Amino acid sequence: MHFKDYDSKSTYDELIGPGGRARPHARQLIKYLRSLSQAELQERKEASDLAITVMGITYTVYTEEGQTDTIWPFDIIPRIIPRREWDGIAEGLKQRVQALNMFIADVYDRQMILKDKIIPKDLILQSRNFRKQAVGMKPHLNIWAHICGSDLVRDERGEVFVLEDNMRVPSGVSYMLENRQVTKRIFPELFEDYSILPIDDYPSQLFDTLASVAPEPKEYPEVVVLTPGIYNSAYFEHAYLAQQMGAELVEGRDLIVAEDDCVYMKTVSGLSRVDVIYRRIDDLFLDPEAFNPDSLLGVPGLLRSWSRGKVTLANAPGCGVADDKVVCYYVPDMIRYYLSEEPILPNVETYLCENKSERDYVLKNLDKLVVKPANEAGGYGMLIGPKSTAKERKEMAARIRKTPREYIAQPTLSLSTAPTLINNSLEPRHLDLRPFILSGENTAVTTGGLTRVALRKGSLVVNSSQGGGSKDTWIVDMEGQ
Amino acid sequence: MLSRVAQQLYWFARYIERAEDMARMINVHTNLLLDLPRQHEFGWDSLLEITGSDELFNELYDEADERNVIRFLISDKANPGSIQSCLFFARENLRTTRDIIPREAWELVNDMNLFLKNNMPSGLSRRRRWGFMKNVIGGSHQITGLLASTMNHDAGYDFLRLGRNLERADMTTRIVDVRSADLLLEHDVLTPYENIQWMSVLKSLTAYQMYRQHVKMRVRGPQVLKFLLQSESFPRSFTHCLQQVHQCLETLPGNDSLLRQVLSLRRNIKEADMDKYAQAGSGLHDYIDQLQAQLAELHTLITARYFSLDVSHVKMEKTAES
Repeated sequence: MHFKDYDSKSTYDELIGPGGRARPHARQLIKYLRSLSQAELQERKEASDLAITVMGITYTVYTEEGQTDTIWPFDIIPRIIPRREWDGIAEGLKQRVQALNMFIADVYDRQMILKDKIIPKDLILQSRNFRKQAVGMKPHLNIWAHICGSDLVRDERGEVFVLEDNMRVPSGVSYMLENRQVTKRIFPELFEDYSILPIDDYPSQLFDTLASVAPEPKEYPEVVVLTPGIYNSAYFEHAYLAQQMGAELVEGRDLIVAEDDCVYMKTVSGLSRVDVIYRRIDDLFLDPEAFNPDSLLGVPGLLRSWSRGKVTLANAPGCGVADDKVVCYYVPDMIRYYLSEEPILPNVETYLCENKSERDYVLKNLDKLVVKPANEAGGYGMLIGPKSTAKERKEMAARIRKTPREYIAQPTLSLSTAPTLINNSLEPRHLDLRPFILSGENTAVTTGGLTRVALRKGSLVVNSSQGGGSKDTWIVDMEGQ
Repeated sequence: MLSRVAQQLYWFARYIERAEDMARMINVHTNLLLDLPRQHEFGWDSLLEITGSDELFNELYDEADERNVIRFLISDKANPGSIQSCLFFARENLRTTRDIIPREAWELVNDMNLFLKNNMPSGLSRRRRWGFMKNVIGGSHQITGLLASTMNHDAGYDFLRLGRNLERADMTTRIVDVRSADLLLEHDVLTPYENIQWMSVLKSLTAYQMYRQHVKMRVRGPQVLKFLLQSESFPRSFTHCLQQVHQCLETLPGNDSLLRQVLSLRRNIKEADMDKYAQAGSGLHDYIDQLQAQLAELHTLITARYFSLDVSHVKMEKTAES
């Protein structure tokens, strides 16, 4: 393979530096890729497709015709980050999640940050994700978001920014783990040249985190994964994590809340007490008694059990209040307020349509900005200004004027790129990174995370539901090289 | 083990076994009809009788001819016992137990469903039917073998075996019942064919060769009944299936009432006088009805005990635990 025609234009490329030269941490990889013929590289690609099919790594896409299990689109060229840089990012993530947990605890308790007018009160109390049922709750260790998935991007200078924090039911970690398995099968040679930090302790860290927040100390707390079931797009991940943790994978109908307010699962030996529920169901479907009465996915009385401290729900109901893209705007202020520290990781510049001056700016510059609904996940409902039509902009402007609270805007970032195998040649494609942060007795950050890549040329949308794929992410130790 | 998962494994095994039994029966029946004289009245409706689906069939079809009966038993989605429906339900049951069952089993069940979808016309045509059924039977064997050799032999496996053996025991009694009813009547025209009919009873259960080895005498009614109902070594005999059920239940928790039921069934079959039942008018049909009722009762007990946890019963146990 050659990189003669490889041109990442004005964006920052993860592997190829200015003048088409490999960045230091990518030298070995690029040298290796250069030594392969097109046919050999294609062979690796086919081996990876086969591995993915055999391993059955799938996700579910919903279309008008119904749902289908689709093979996870995976690009075989890894994305590499030097360990020294990563350690700094990981510190920044820990700081951020610590502040976010303190924020959620505060919002459902004394609301000091609102009283001190750091964040406008209405913005929080009127948030769609604020749960009055959670007011006054004190979860074990006062941790609310046990699992957080933050999305990171790089700008054209290579600086890392936080795009958003997902604190409801962030997904993707199973693909991060499976991607590494696939890469090990197809590029075993490279693992000799590099010291690539392992990632596969995530399931055991997840289990330890969940076990550490059990309502009562127990030697073997019963941890379960609660899934909405087979028709959920992330069912593969639910089953995968349950299997890897050695936890039961349960559905709502497998659990009951008994008269003693404890949660039990129905087993062939009778009822068995459940201590911690890693729930992959949205708040509103958790408990038909407390929320959506039509929900068949949830467990009647679950919220009662939680609020009486009989069971831990991870993440805690109401966590989503910090997941809102409008709240994300205030995270640097939270860090200063709760931790008296300067934020290590900056936010992507964000305009709140709620604020008049910022809204006016957004409405005037719709063709240059990316507008996002404050509460949607999966890239739905976005407007990418430079690629939009006049009609789309007009419709968006109307929506912003109607419900300004529901929209934020960000400059069109030229997300960084990395070489990606497209039709048998290497082309730059935009990508982001989703690390996962675990908070329990200890805090842990995944080594790297899930790199998502927009496979369509020029596209900035990396979501798998919108034509995105993923790459293995290597954190490499460069000391002594 | 979660009750839901146990229940799904149990039903998965029942549906796979049911599909296999159906395929086997259709094959043998197709063969038998080729051997019998043209004018006799022994037709396709006996298959409906065995599966207890004559009522549903009569609602859906006018005439019980080969074409209709075969379509109904193989591909009719309106018939919950058709091969197509059985494999569909088997797949649905496996869907949410994918974390317990080896992946390959899931792939095999998918393959079987795909095969059915693509080859349905072969099943309907008399000429290619044999190969079609062979595939269904082979698929079922493959799944059973795969699970036996790759899955933990724990509670989950016990529920699979429970389902398979109860279904098999049930099917054996049904085949014996319907087929012997014809045989025990006085049929002048059929007398020369009595031997091949008893042979076909054995063949429906793939028991012919094993019977020969075991019994070492010509195929006669009482011996066939003894073999199919009382043999301890033939894996499709009623007694053998119950032994398997017994073994599974012994390892499962809270099994008192269940073990009592199995023991009473086993005693019942052991003490039955097959020489008597092989005579016309001796009440074989009523006796088999009784066995089937006891089997159904056993299924109900298993369901109540392990699958649909009755909360009042459960509360008591919980207090006992804490």
